[in-house]
Amino acid sequence: MLPKLFFGLVITLAAIFVFLLGLTILVGLLAPFFNTVPVSYNFRSIRARWTSTIVAIVGIAGTVGVFVAMLSLARGFKATMVASGSPGNALVMRAGSSSEMMGGITLETIKHLGDKTGVARDATRGALLTQDVVGVVALPLVSTGTDANVQVRGVSPNVLQIRTFVRIAQGRMFQPGLTELVVGQNASKTYAGLQLGNTITFAGGRWKVVGVFDAGGSAFDSEVWCDSTILNQILQRPSNIFQSATIHLTSPGEFQSFKDAVISDPQMNVDVVREIDYYAKQSTTMTKLITVLGSIVAIIMAVGAVFGALNTMYSAVAERGREIATMRALGFSNLNVLLSFLFEALLISIVGGLIGCLAVLPLNGLTTSTMNFQTFSNLAFAFKITFDLLLMGIVFALVMGVLGGLLPAIRASIRPVAVALRDL
Amino acid sequence: MKFARIIFANLKRKPIRLLLTLGSFAVALLLFSFLAVVRGAFILNDVASANRLIVINRTSIINLIPLSYRDKILRIPGVTYVTHYNWFGGIYQREENFFPQFVIDPENQRQVMPELVVSDDQWNAFLKDRQGAIAGAKTAERFGWKIGDRIPIKTTLYGGGAWEFNLVGIYHGKRPQDDDTQFWFRWDYFEERIPQEVKGQIGWYVLRVKDPDDAPRVAKAIDAEFLNSPNETKTETESTWIANWVKQWGNIQVLILTIGGVVFFTLLLVTGNTMAISVRERTSELAVFKAIGFSDRSVLFFVLAESITISLVGGLTGLLLAKLLMPVLAKGLSSILPILILSWGILGLGLLTALLVGLLSGLLPGLGAMRLRIVNALRRV
Amino acid sequence: MVKVDGSGGNASLIKVRDLDKTYRRGGEEIHVLQGLNLDVDAGEFIAFMGPSGSGKTTLLNLLGGLDVPTRGSITVAGDEITHMSASRLTEWRARHVGFIFQMYNLIPVLTAFQNVELPLLLTKLSKAERRDHVETALSVVGLADRMTHFPRQLSGGQEQRVTIARAIVSDPTFLLCDEPTGDLDRKSADEIMALIEELVGKHSKTVLMVTHDAVVAERANTTLHLDKGVLVEGLQSGPRLTTVGGHA
Repeated sequence: MLPKLFFGLVITLAAIFVFLLGLTILVGLLAPFFNTVPVSYNFRSIRARWTSTIVAIVGIAGTVGVFVAMLSLARGFKATMVASGSPGNALVMRAGSSSEMMGGITLETIKHLGDKTGVARDATRGALLTQDVVGVVALPLVSTGTDANVQVRGVSPNVLQIRTFVRIAQGRMFQPGLTELVVGQNASKTYAGLQLGNTITFAGGRWKVVGVFDAGGSAFDSEVWCDSTILNQILQRPSNIFQSATIHLTSPGEFQSFKDAVISDPQMNVDVVREIDYYAKQSTTMTKLITVLGSIVAIIMAVGAVFGALNTMYSAVAERGREIATMRALGFSNLNVLLSFLFEALLISIVGGLIGCLAVLPLNGLTTSTMNFQTFSNLAFAFKITFDLLLMGIVFALVMGVLGGLLPAIRASIRPVAVALRDL
Repeated sequence: MKFARIIFANLKRKPIRLLLTLGSFAVALLLFSFLAVVRGAFILNDVASANRLIVINRTSIINLIPLSYRDKILRIPGVTYVTHYNWFGGIYQREENFFPQFVIDPENQRQVMPELVVSDDQWNAFLKDRQGAIAGAKTAERFGWKIGDRIPIKTTLYGGGAWEFNLVGIYHGKRPQDDDTQFWFRWDYFEERIPQEVKGQIGWYVLRVKDPDDAPRVAKAIDAEFLNSPNETKTETESTWIANWVKQWGNIQVLILTIGGVVFFTLLLVTGNTMAISVRERTSELAVFKAIGFSDRSVLFFVLAESITISLVGGLTGLLLAKLLMPVLAKGLSSILPILILSWGILGLGLLTALLVGLLSGLLPGLGAMRLRIVNALRRV
Repeated sequence: MVKVDGSGGNASLIKVRDLDKTYRRGGEEIHVLQGLNLDVDAGEFIAFMGPSGSGKTTLLNLLGGLDVPTRGSITVAGDEITHMSASRLTEWRARHVGFIFQMYNLIPVLTAFQNVELPLLLTKLSKAERRDHVETALSVVGLADRMTHFPRQLSGGQEQRVTIARAIVSDPTFLLCDEPTGDLDRKSADEIMALIEELVGKHSKTVLMVTHDAVVAERANTTLHLDKGVLVEGLQSGPRLTTVGGHA
């Protein structure tokens, strides 16, 4: 009971704090519209102390830039993974498998799956499903010459009718029963020897690259596909056991009835998930890693930036002591002075935030690659900077601005006039 | 030092500003330590041993190799001990509780990996109990395991199922960079429980050679032995293997260096600016010093002494904070990045960096103070 | 004895010959001092007066080695300071000159004791010896009981007395004061002037003082007027124009 009460108290206080923070930011930003101290005073003061101002701006810009860059890295990774799944596909694996690589379902089970309700069919009334075998092969990277693990996926020859967003960009699809490969466009660029027309050797077999496919920026672009039956043979696995089956449904809405039909079948011991959910889950470890690391870095930098902003603003207040005293002697109220300084701090921070965002914008779409922990294979992905991310960056900047500007602004407004005037 | 009092008195001039500047330094050094440690975790320096080789299936590490290869490997001159591992990949309670589990060969484990230390009686208990298991100190601590506990692990590989083990020992790595998170159990128990189709196969071999310089020849010999067989091998020294593993992570180095650079530059800017402001405020005082007879160079010295003191104190605070927080961080990231070490090297480099920043940030204002013309400064009243 | 016509002998403590000081300001050349001569014996108390811009402070700065003349020579106790290198000049200043400024210019973060001790840090005296000198200096100015106070805890008059203590603590050859009472009320100003008179009378110090206050100037033994680069001797009955070598 007590911990719950404590927890609730903490949440409430945090909510109040956030609310006040937001209110302060809003009021500060809107100050020029109702404050009696003219905004031109702020602009001129900034110009007079431009070195210190630039320092504060750079500090905030750097922090926002790093923040947005790291989050966009995580977003990009996740987006690549998620793009691999279609809402109209269901992925079936052995019950309890956390990933394809662990699973194993028999050909017979797969045939039964094809008979269930909701499964789309092709012109000859055959079920639209692909049975996949996933393996990892070490191939040399173009960039370093050393080996990296590439995901090799054995699929059914009609896979393009199930993963409908994938299309052959160059060459042709592999022929069933042959040791032929089609490679994703990223894989083709990343690994030596995966160009159209080349033949490579692995697992004791000679494979010809007959096509390059475009998988719309998803994880598949980093994969190499071939006939799953052949792959089973070459890897010396049992010929009638596959690792997963991906079923194309007649419509995304059919998923629930399909799943119910499969789960209630006592002969099948499988898990059914939406393909899109499966891939989202596959990205969690890496995404979490990048997000956690990136957030730690950003928070530490933010503390430093706030310190820098505080220093700048306190110095500003100190240096302008006489001006402030004169204004107050002339009749401007404490609140007027406070709002003026608050606005100045927020102005500086918003400029810093904008510069930070603009500075990292060129990263958008820049591809990099790393090893996906959960699949052990190399994955190419791109920085993904979205509008909401930029907005978060600006808000972050404003928060730093208010934290760095409020206390000095308060100090400016409460200093006794007589003291300030005497400090000449 | 008789001038020390003056320098300290000056530092206390504006306590808030001093605290903020110290805080900036502490924060920057904290970040520096964090980045260096994370980089170390990815790069895995000094983990490899010079006289060990790793043998995997040429296709990839995921593919298995026959146990029958072991004797052939042993016959190659220069090889002293060979042991083998399988990746178990099971789940303990929940998926997030990940830790690496290996099927090991008890006979040769201690000879090939002597730096992972188990006490003799615990090892003997392990040899006696077929269902015995040994856990690394970090993992045991993480879950509060004690000797005698029964550890259940579920797996979907190797035919699936629920396995149970008796925890009979805990191992410690001798060096800080050794991995203390592994979980070991016995090959014979593993063999009897897995389905027929996958029996007799192991994941990879690790072997010791008598002479590290001999390693390349031995590697070639091993791969030649199994060329054109259904399971060809790829043998590398442990350090090459780790280096290639690291390369797969991609441009981590570049990323970290970039962030580090941004931080360093920003810090320099902030502290330099603070020093400049504080020197500017004291122009007439500095002029008085000079009027009394303090040399131009002594004024430069005062300013530099201040900035270096700030950078040292702030920097040490940041490094101390890093040292205190590192265990917390390590716990949080233990499932993804098991090896997070804050070495003396990192601390030393950090301190040096702080000193450098202190020197540079005081230099410009200091030179300005040095060249200050007394008459102009006094007139500025 | 004080002479402004360049006729003093070699016995003078301070000897100035043909002093010129010119500034450039916005393309124009401004001749602040033109062919100025001065002889001052030890133990003299001189007040320099003149309208603002006449160069009083410039003269003081030159005499104290804070500035370098465009032409001419300044000799103090046998040392010709106009051609000394900057570092030698700094050393010379430490040993021979005590400054008393209008704005006190005490270091706010140091106590009265530490402020007075400052010039002694440049010497090789031990800590105990320094303490001795400082306590003596502070007793002379009557502030021995305020040694541990910071400037902000002292009144204006007290601050100025600390400045004087700092100026005399290393026993310099002469004292230079620039408007020492400019910032004080009448009562405190009187106290300061009494102290300076005591330094001259009882302790045989040589004092050169710049002031715009005629009442203050009366305390000095001699008053010299500086008017657009020219030194003029003022007698008790009013200023009398005497040529000062150079331009009349």
